[in-house]
Amino acid sequence: MISIQYFARYREALGIDGERLEWDASLACVDDVRQRLLARGGEWRVLGEQNLMCARNQELCGLDEAVADGDEVAFFPTVTGG
Amino acid sequence: MSVRVQQAPFDPGVELNALHAANLGIGAVAGFVGYVRDFNDGQEVAGMFLEHAPGMTEKALAKIVEEAEQRWPLLRLDVLHRVGTLEPGEPIVFVGAASAHRDAAFDACRFVMDYLKTRAPFWKKETTPEGPRWVDGRDSDQTAADRWKA
Repeated sequence: MISIQYFARYREALGIDGERLEWDASLACVDDVRQRLLARGGEWRVLGEQNLMCARNQELCGLDEAVADGDEVAFFPTVTGG
Repeated sequence: MSVRVQQAPFDPGVELNALHAANLGIGAVAGFVGYVRDFNDGQEVAGMFLEHAPGMTEKALAKIVEEAEQRWPLLRLDVLHRVGTLEPGEPIVFVGAASAHRDAAFDACRFVMDYLKTRAPFWKKETTPEGPRWVDGRDSDQTAADRWKA
């Protein structure tokens, strides 16, 4: 299993702050996870945004970051702190 | 060095003074304070909510502080960011850098803010007369961070 978290505008659009997903070898990188979610259609299309940011195990990463069983993946819009 | 993420308000003067902390090797302290404005993107702002990603936030800030320490000879570097509900006029963020000389203090302070703006998981949601709205990231913030790339 991997856990997935959604923050801010994405959390609101999706109506959940996270979920768990069965991991298999087809989810080799963060973008594979994103594509799997995008395939749900509807509000999930928000994850197709150009400026989407992501993290693996609480560290910012690129969409090509490798994912393994047990990992925590997060998707969120551009950060706006400061 | 310290990284704090908190709901409670803070006093920028106290934070700035604490940086020196009787370290007689410190010849320069530079501080930055970010405040909530009452107007943004053509609309009045009555307040805001700052969401963050607990766990990831602290890690991201610690990493930024670590990078700054590798780049400049700092004697102290403090980062404090608030989360939760804030009103116009309230301080949101404080960055303070102390060094023997001014260049390192100025540069480290700006570096931390530029990186924090683009890499620390905080999101602002403003309360406006037309309802709440999420603040969009600005290209200029990314440009500001990019200039520190070696």
